[in-house]
Amino acid sequence: MDKKVLMKGNEAIAEAAIRAGCRHYFGYPITPQTELAAYMAKRMPKIGGVFLQAESEIAAINMVYGVASTGRRVMTSSSSPGVSLKQEGISYIAGSDLPCLIVNVQRGGPGLGGIQPSQSDYFQATKGGGHGDYHLIVVAPSSVQEMADLTSLAFDLSEKYRVPAMLLADGTIGQMMEPVVLSEPHDPVFTEKDWAVTGTKGQREHHIVNSLYLVPEELEKKNFERFERYQAIEDNEVRYERFMMDDADYCVVAFGIAARVSKNAVVEARKQGMKVGLIRPITLWPFPKQALAEAAKQVKGFLSVELSMGQMVEDVRLAVNCSRPVALCRRTGGMIMSPDEVLDALKKLAGGAES
Amino acid sequence: MIVFEKPKSLTDAELHYCPGCTHGIIHRLVAEAIDDLGVEGIAIGVAPVGCAVMAYNYFACDMVEAAHGRAPAVATGIKRSLPDNIVFTYQGDGDLASIGMAETVHAATRNENITVIFVNNAIYGMTGGQMAPTSLPGQVTQTSPYGRDVKTAGYPVKVAEMLSALDGPAYIARVAVNSVKNVKNAKAVIRQAFQNQIDGLGFSLVEVVSACPTNWGMTPENALKWIDEKMIPYYPLGVYKDKRESQKEAEA
Repeated sequence: MDKKVLMKGNEAIAEAAIRAGCRHYFGYPITPQTELAAYMAKRMPKIGGVFLQAESEIAAINMVYGVASTGRRVMTSSSSPGVSLKQEGISYIAGSDLPCLIVNVQRGGPGLGGIQPSQSDYFQATKGGGHGDYHLIVVAPSSVQEMADLTSLAFDLSEKYRVPAMLLADGTIGQMMEPVVLSEPHDPVFTEKDWAVTGTKGQREHHIVNSLYLVPEELEKKNFERFERYQAIEDNEVRYERFMMDDADYCVVAFGIAARVSKNAVVEARKQGMKVGLIRPITLWPFPKQALAEAAKQVKGFLSVELSMGQMVEDVRLAVNCSRPVALCRRTGGMIMSPDEVLDALKKLAGGAES
Repeated sequence: MIVFEKPKSLTDAELHYCPGCTHGIIHRLVAEAIDDLGVEGIAIGVAPVGCAVMAYNYFACDMVEAAHGRAPAVATGIKRSLPDNIVFTYQGDGDLASIGMAETVHAATRNENITVIFVNNAIYGMTGGQMAPTSLPGQVTQTSPYGRDVKTAGYPVKVAEMLSALDGPAYIARVAVNSVKNVKNAKAVIRQAFQNQIDGLGFSLVEVVSACPTNWGMTPENALKWIDEKMIPYYPLGVYKDKRESQKEAEA
């Protein structure tokens, strides 16, 4: 029998990571993800794991790089300004083809910004973030249950493809409490990897974990090889939710907390006679391009609802290839739109599209 | 009878270092220490950014290439994941004492059970001879063409002295490799720094005063002399901190 427990979103990530076999956590204090680190600080020493409060975000991500080099599950968590600091390390991890999990419980920006929820790190998370040609696998939970489920999924996908994964949450889901069913814990299973540094034991050639390729032909080849894996991810790992889309004339696109708000607006719109549905990307990279392109054949217009000045809206427009109008409903700086604001934006879109 | 051979812990790769550079000697001393202690099969090295960036091709053990200055954090991750392995970093002065100062100091203060080889040649070598955190007052470099002016560029960082003021680290020493006598001493000290890790004593750092004839604009011979005349007076050799010794003294 699945047991429901009441948890904060940030704590659900931590517990799910432990249950997924992660025994190494490195972080640096920042609001609004502090509960995650606090949970790890309490639990890791009791289960033979490592919790280490690093001297900086930069050090934390490089400690992650170290553990990832040894082939073991490892994670760090932070919030927007801290994740900016991690970008150098993330680029090295991507360039060295190592798996790991980075959690970003987003807050408003740019700069020091604020501590209220935001989704304005969408570009940073989905387009690379650090220097060079690379992607992260990016998952976006919209409930405490998904905080747990997607943590586990992110570890699995990251290891399967040797691509670092990011769980892109926001301060609201991080802080709110909901009932959650946690998966059965499994102990860390360590399988010897043919790339990890564990010591040669005098029985094999030395392994080198590295992102330096001074011969341009070699670096190009390496990047092409990595992008073949990215293609496989785009082909096989897109996840999204369709909500009331079957007969929809208009499609809201939203993720995370914005999707929660938007669902209320969709239900209200239906009450008022508008046929509205919603597509919620669960993976932000790979982005559900195909699902949106399909929806474009059916609906008259799209509404991207985001806690940013408009970032995902660009991907929505690309996905539908400008075949339908794509409007934007946005709040930023830590503000969250109400269902009424989404509804108003829908009415405006419908009016404009029909006229 | 073999009287001289290449350490097992070095590969057959040809070193890319300039003529007269002392990195080759230091690589050898590290490899000899690993061989002598019989830990080559469990050793994991972390290479820096700088002249030794390709050290991963030269050491025969498993190797990780770190971002500039981050080697102590990377080594921390490796050691926390594999506590029974022997983990070392090999870093230059720009890497360790400038961009990676925070990682160095905090790995030391946590007493991470790792070995750090710190090559101090008072200049950025790989990028063509810029002023390093350890460049001497008055030293002419590409970015201090009128000599390091301490009024605007500050003073050199004395890493061994600074770190030995911390409670955390187990072992801090400074050696040089500009004479047979100094090389022999450096060998013993580097070996000790690895032995400390095997014994679980914690953070051990050996600062190696090293020559960069190319960027100092000297012949190899004069560069070695310059170490005696200029570097060592500013950076005195010796063991600055040794928890093993202080423990023995306390027991006595």
